[in-house]
Amino acid sequence: MGFYELSSLFLNITFFLYLIATAFFGLTLGKNRESNKKSKAIKIAMTFTIIGFASQMTSYIFRWLQAGHIPVSNMFEYIYFFSMMLILAFVVIYFIYGIPALGLIALPIAVVIIGYGSMFPQEISPLVPSLQSNWLYIHVTTVALAQAILSISFIAGLLFLIKRVDQSQSSKETTFLELILFGVVSTIAYIILSSSFGAMDYEATFTKELEEQTVDVTYSMPALFQPHDSELVTEGVFNSGIETPGWMQGADAGLKLNTLVLSLTLGGILYGLLRLILKGRRVSALLNQKFDKINPDIVDDIMYRAIAIGFPLFTLGGLIFASIWAQQAWGRFWGWDPKEVWALVTWLFYAVFLHLRLTRGWHGKKSAWLAVVGFVIIMFNLIVINLVISGLHSYA
Amino acid sequence: MANETIRCECGHENKEGTVLCEACGKPIEKNQHIDGNDQQNVLEMRYEGGARRSQTYKRTFVDKIWAFFSSVKVGVWLIVMTLIFSALGTIYPQEQFKNSPLPSSVFYEEEYGLTGKIFYQLGFHNMYDSWWYIILVALIGVSIIISSIDRYVPLRRALKNQKTKKNEVFVKRQRVVSFDNELSENDLNTLKTNLKKQRYKVHEENGHIFAEKNRFSRWGPYVNHIGLIIILIASIFRMFEVMHIDDYVWVREGEVQAIPGTGQEYFVENNEFIYEVYDPETEERFTRALEDVENPVPKNFQTNATIYRATNDPVLGEKPELERVTEGEIRLNQPVIFDGYSLYQSGTQVESEYNSISMELQVNDESLGGFTFDTDEAPSEFNLEESDTTITIDNWYPELEFTDEGPSSFSKYPRNPGIIFTVSSPDLDEDERFFYLQEEVIPLADNNQANVSVSDVDRRSASGLTVKKDNTLPLFGLGAGIFMIGVLQGLYWYHRRIWIHPKDGSYHIGVHTNKNWYGMNQELDKIRKGTNVKPFVDQQEMK
Repeated sequence: MGFYELSSLFLNITFFLYLIATAFFGLTLGKNRESNKKSKAIKIAMTFTIIGFASQMTSYIFRWLQAGHIPVSNMFEYIYFFSMMLILAFVVIYFIYGIPALGLIALPIAVVIIGYGSMFPQEISPLVPSLQSNWLYIHVTTVALAQAILSISFIAGLLFLIKRVDQSQSSKETTFLELILFGVVSTIAYIILSSSFGAMDYEATFTKELEEQTVDVTYSMPALFQPHDSELVTEGVFNSGIETPGWMQGADAGLKLNTLVLSLTLGGILYGLLRLILKGRRVSALLNQKFDKINPDIVDDIMYRAIAIGFPLFTLGGLIFASIWAQQAWGRFWGWDPKEVWALVTWLFYAVFLHLRLTRGWHGKKSAWLAVVGFVIIMFNLIVINLVISGLHSYA
Repeated sequence: MANETIRCECGHENKEGTVLCEACGKPIEKNQHIDGNDQQNVLEMRYEGGARRSQTYKRTFVDKIWAFFSSVKVGVWLIVMTLIFSALGTIYPQEQFKNSPLPSSVFYEEEYGLTGKIFYQLGFHNMYDSWWYIILVALIGVSIIISSIDRYVPLRRALKNQKTKKNEVFVKRQRVVSFDNELSENDLNTLKTNLKKQRYKVHEENGHIFAEKNRFSRWGPYVNHIGLIIILIASIFRMFEVMHIDDYVWVREGEVQAIPGTGQEYFVENNEFIYEVYDPETEERFTRALEDVENPVPKNFQTNATIYRATNDPVLGEKPELERVTEGEIRLNQPVIFDGYSLYQSGTQVESEYNSISMELQVNDESLGGFTFDTDEAPSEFNLEESDTTITIDNWYPELEFTDEGPSSFSKYPRNPGIIFTVSSPDLDEDERFFYLQEEVIPLADNNQANVSVSDVDRRSASGLTVKKDNTLPLFGLGAGIFMIGVLQGLYWYHRRIWIHPKDGSYHIGVHTNKNWYGMNQELDKIRKGTNVKPFVDQQEMK
């Protein structure tokens, strides 16, 4: 077995270890369980988390050995490293503050993120000349670590909101909370769609005229939206005949729209089912009831502390190291590339967070909502900017 | 608006607008609304109750401008607006990235439809250079400066004037407190020892004890704001041409070019251009990925260059005398740096031009010899002595194209050479004409005797080099460094103070930290250890 296979094997093991850890964290849910049973469950869950982290680390090192360069050079590798840092940050926070309920959110989110990352090509690719620099190691890893720590703030914020948003009646807050959960469910829906049709080797190819050239676009999911002005080539596959609007640019516009709509649809179905099972109750209301009591001051403090660590780290990795590398590679330290702009947006946003918190006393729920928005910005920068808007970073 | 002062009962003269006496901390009755202390029990300690200009004077125009820019709310709104506009600018590519020959007025609408048109008409295609974006950032700068001065001055004064002996109200209205402690001499000594162990500076005055540490942390925000201002100043400097050079030059292999932006002082020679791709055969670990892509994956772009410096001031049209400065391999991520200038590898035209074209002549399977046409020299005649043959170049088109008027050249660069030439030889009955184009030779006469073929072509690559010189870099670096120091100083150290206040035989204790109450409570447990101090109460805990 080569390094590559070993790496894949350990990745699969990691995935299951985290799932098991999540299940044990799940045992802390509910009010009727005895507290000593709960603390046992927490110990087991943390053990699995730590073994899972060790396994992920092993997988990562094997991949590194195989590639000969640090695996942070494409979307799969970046998300992989990011999820690893997220777990690391959670473990550290757990040993400082000891709040197991955080694991109940952190672990499932890490699992979803790993699952999402695995949908991207996993081959080890060589470094193109612009990435051949030691700054790849320094810049990308610092940014990933910083984003992971900032995500801890979101996780703490989410926990805070689950416990502190008044669920006795529906409000804007409950709606937004449901929206977050819907987002998570839709991501899971995407993973389900992507991996099941992938396992079936589903393919539907369309041809399309683009700038006087014929291009093939291959869908790996049933085509709800075919590319604009295109024809189906593959026989015997489903085609709705609905075209992607012409103003959506690029050969893959239809593909992206199709994947998005399908994921949101299945996400909607799954979410609807959940609501049905709960007899119409909000999912967040159930979580509110099942989660153990928290000390709001401590969770609030974690939320802040994560940003107090993540913000300078992000400044260093995402702006300063990034500028130094850009200066070395292209002779300009700042070039308004979309990814650069969104790093600035992220930075400005957390600067706002800190100002509101430190000088205007935005604590608790207000702070928690900001932490949620911050995470949305980070995910937007990671996913949308890389996949939809092209630029220097569209590698990943 | 005279500089009135307010005399506190402790005897200290406070400036107009002071909320808490700088010396003893006693709330000054008429100013409690400023920090909202009239609404809550716990005193607002953010600015130590110092007299902030923005909160004190609100009459004149200058007062109003000052108050406007010193407001955090305004600052936050400015940041949020910058954030939103920055993000909006990424919806479609900025003008510099649009990568299309179409003018912007057409491009955005053609490519993105109505939304693209709106994007263009709002000027979002030039977002980050637009006057209003620059003004927005400048306003943030103004806000940073004014709000920092507005807070720093009174804060510094309040911290400098604070006394060990505080007013009872001040102590009791701190967030974390412990009241009515019966403390023996022993307890007090243990407390002091514990405080010192936690690295507090302990002061005493008439039985009052005051312990303080990490005051410098309070300056963190002002330090990081100074860093940001330096960065903004650096970007203003950068707008001037003198401060930085940004130019581009194409150099063909074997060619020497003046480096633009250096005033004809420096020259670069492209000795060789190297372009390598990853080979799926030899790079086994990448085979899987390399097989998936259609185009080869580049591995290296490299220009082996020599840098020269002109030793004399060349007269127009005269060739300067060159002296070698340095040579080096310019790669992506590895610029060549000399005398403050840097050359970056940034463009390539791999084998895009013809260096030379070699041709062979034959008559009746017998060779008349061959000649090599050098595209730079473009000689007008060749003599093949062995067969007494003459080749006359009639027309030379470096970049051939056909127009209505016949063949012509699009540029002077030999990217698609075309040569019309005549062969005269004793072996031929009459002169024959030929046309070389696209590596083939076509006879222009119908029944030619001679046969001309291309025996060899030598192509060359052109390398695009960016020339940079940026005198503002050290300033940006300084700003970034100071910013980071300020952020760490403000976020990772906490200004903590503890007041032990004797009252009728027992002691009230008040505690303040500028942040991290969680850590403060843990520290208080250590300080209280081995004494009779009652557990501390947080008067502001979230319920």
